[in-house]
Amino acid sequence: MTSSKVSREEKGPIALELAKKQKSISVAEFFEKNRHMLGFDSLPRCLITCIKEAVDNSLDACEESSILPDIYIRIRKVDDKMLNIVVEDNGPGIHKDVLPRVFGKLLYGSRFHAIRQSRGQQGIGISAAVLYGQLTSGKPARITSKIDSKLPAYMYDLKIDTETNEPRILSERIDEFFTSKGTRIEIEMEAAYVRGRQSVLEYLKNTSIVNPHARFTFIDPYNERFTFERASDILPKKPVEIKPHPRGIELGTLVKMLQVTDIKKLSSFLNSEFTKVGGYTAENICREANIDPNMVPHDLSMDIEGVKRLLGAFQKIKVMSPPRDCLSPITEDLLKKGVIQNCNIDFIATASRPVNASRGNPFMVEAVIAFGGDIEREGKADIIRFANRVPLMYQQGACAITHAIERINWKHYNMEQPKNAKLPSGPIMVLVHIASTNVPFTSESKDAVADIPEIMDDVELAVRQCARELSRFLSEQKKALEARKKIRIFESYTKEVANALSVLTGKDEAHIEARFLDILNKKYSKFIEEIPAEDNAGGE
Amino acid sequence: MAKKNDAIISKLKNIGEGVLDDVESGHNPSMDIMTRSINNVHFDEASGVIKLGNDRQKRFYFNVNQAKKFLQTLLIAKQIKTLIEQDKPPLSIRQLFYTLKHEIPGAGENTFDVQEESDPIIEDIEAITDTLREDLNLIATPNGVISGPMVVEDKTGDVLDFTRMGSAGGAVPPIVEDDYFHIKEMSADYILVVEKYAVWNLLNQEKYWKKNNCLLMTGKGQPARAERRLLARFAEEFDIPIYIFTDMDPWGYYIYSVYKYGSINLAFFSEKAACPPAKYIGLSVRDVMDFQLPKSSWIKLNDEDNKRIEEISSYPWFQKERWQKELSDLKKFGYKIEQDALVSKSIEFTSNNYLPHKIENKEFLE
Repeated sequence: MTSSKVSREEKGPIALELAKKQKSISVAEFFEKNRHMLGFDSLPRCLITCIKEAVDNSLDACEESSILPDIYIRIRKVDDKMLNIVVEDNGPGIHKDVLPRVFGKLLYGSRFHAIRQSRGQQGIGISAAVLYGQLTSGKPARITSKIDSKLPAYMYDLKIDTETNEPRILSERIDEFFTSKGTRIEIEMEAAYVRGRQSVLEYLKNTSIVNPHARFTFIDPYNERFTFERASDILPKKPVEIKPHPRGIELGTLVKMLQVTDIKKLSSFLNSEFTKVGGYTAENICREANIDPNMVPHDLSMDIEGVKRLLGAFQKIKVMSPPRDCLSPITEDLLKKGVIQNCNIDFIATASRPVNASRGNPFMVEAVIAFGGDIEREGKADIIRFANRVPLMYQQGACAITHAIERINWKHYNMEQPKNAKLPSGPIMVLVHIASTNVPFTSESKDAVADIPEIMDDVELAVRQCARELSRFLSEQKKALEARKKIRIFESYTKEVANALSVLTGKDEAHIEARFLDILNKKYSKFIEEIPAEDNAGGE
Repeated sequence: MAKKNDAIISKLKNIGEGVLDDVESGHNPSMDIMTRSINNVHFDEASGVIKLGNDRQKRFYFNVNQAKKFLQTLLIAKQIKTLIEQDKPPLSIRQLFYTLKHEIPGAGENTFDVQEESDPIIEDIEAITDTLREDLNLIATPNGVISGPMVVEDKTGDVLDFTRMGSAGGAVPPIVEDDYFHIKEMSADYILVVEKYAVWNLLNQEKYWKKNNCLLMTGKGQPARAERRLLARFAEEFDIPIYIFTDMDPWGYYIYSVYKYGSINLAFFSEKAACPPAKYIGLSVRDVMDFQLPKSSWIKLNDEDNKRIEEISSYPWFQKERWQKELSDLKKFGYKIEQDALVSKSIEFTSNNYLPHKIENKEFLE
């Protein structure tokens, strides 16, 4: 509030006064002030976010050009507060014409408009890291890229002009030492290197699990080297772009589609603008919605009631599930390999759900349950979440995956679940991967998946399927354990029996014991679990 | 004696030999155990004794439910053999339990936890070897006391006069065979066995045995073997009436039948321990009317009582019409009455009215 005593009349209308103050905010300025939205809040998290964005870009680029990713990450301490981060890949490289904008302009990307599964989407990830780096260290990011062995590698030092959201190139030269194809990014920023559950190491281990085709080399600030080897030489299938699926599309989206289409016939519109809607299905949908198939879509967009009926018909008429090829699931086999490569475990079960759709976006759920081995025995099960092959490291409690897992009563699956606990306890790891053309995150920082009922149901079903297998394994293990225990008991009984028989008959005790153990081992071990057939009921 | 012991030792050895034969031929080792349930006893009308049949069950070693019992059986057999060979004084079955109770190394459990585990196995071995516990050098702890006109020379050489045993009476020793418990004099007109010590004590205080010239004995509830064997000896050696006086409930009736016919569990012992001439003096349902026992002393029959009435009604040695009527009358009446309850009439009622009346008028059940 202003405290000036000048009367209002002299100044003219307030609105005019206020209008002078209004101006547009650059998106870069906005994120400078709201960087927590992009995952730059705590110092340890800034580090992980930066590495994650760079690694995501590298993986996406390699897969698009069918290269088995080989990614090198190095963190160096500059001083107490500053870290220097290098991420280098063997990817296709980035053409020098677009490179500055890829790294130096927010919301610049190639994938925002495509209905196709990819790690990055909005194009704010790596440029946000560059922005954060220049804000905290004052230094530019250094990007080197080589797109062809015959062409030289270009090295840029660049910053983001926050007012215009445009890259500012401070230097551009040829890097003679950069000899093989790929891209390297170096950023200095205020960050903290930690160990434990939410650490770079954990992130890389999990990334390695869901990207079994990639190799990661990591040098930590203490100069220790960690290698996450490839578990498979097969590249993930490239997802294909598709049209939206009618299942779960939102009213506003449908209205917009009807408005902008050039097609003059509703049935043809349905047929060509949606995936899995053929002529026959389109007719059925129109009949169900009680709308003339020959109607002009643009006219229908004016009639909200009509659009609502059409939306209702989408739910009623059976439309085939979206095609799998727009998604790139890890596949159960590779998930298994990825987990086994990275963790020492006693048991693993995997499950995958058929492709489903929510809000017109195809999605699919894959789950793994691993048990035993080196998994922490104390406390509750570990939940490890992934979306489009990216580990979700934060906000576990706010995520649909967690909520779906918490709906399960684990006692039904031979597991311990303390009273009032939402998760089972013991050496259990539950891993869930959601692949989708558009994962519905709760926020831009992409930490947690929103509670979409269709997704939660599929997560629950997939996890339950794994839990059933684990349950069988546990009960067999229990049986085997009991049998072993019984055999041990028999062995100790046999000493007593042999001694008693030796006293009764005068025969050699060691010989009697050996004969007894012979029979136990050869013949009667199997009877430890069941009563021998030649036996009648005992007791008094 | 030595010859008898040799025979017992070879029977015990046979148990072990049988098991070894199984093992050497690669079979699941087993022992034949006499079945000691109601299904394998029959009532021999001619001798009036409960006898054990020939049903046997196999007890296997390689069977989770039987392994421990199998082991316990061998342990007890071994221990008995050792005790006999070393000519040790008889052990009580509790002491035997303690000599064998130890932890089995590696199994995390004991050979025996409670005496209830070892007692039935001792009975198994008695049945397998067809040898009484007393001859296996084991003794059950008797509870019985006696007072009355009898003089006995004990194995120790002491002479016991049961008219001079004071208010506690003379104890029934664990072994009552003639060489341990030699009856030198006996001048009683009849023998009265009462179920409960409290009732025996009351009668003893009042010198009932002196006034009526009888032997007054109690087994303190369900009698141990020594009391039963002693009563059987009295019946064999003296031609005097034997009366059993218990509570009016199925448990009391059964105590009478154990004295008279033997028990299901120890059917193999019945021939030596049954006392066929024994008569049931009361309490009976008729007494309630005849002596006008006050309603305040009646106790309602509970489910367990009723179940036991059913069981007893089906036993062959309770098939006599008098007993079937008694049992169904009891069920109809719906109450049980303890023998102690007679004091509600007066303290001396039992000795001055009830017992003399019943004996004079020969009001017995048989």
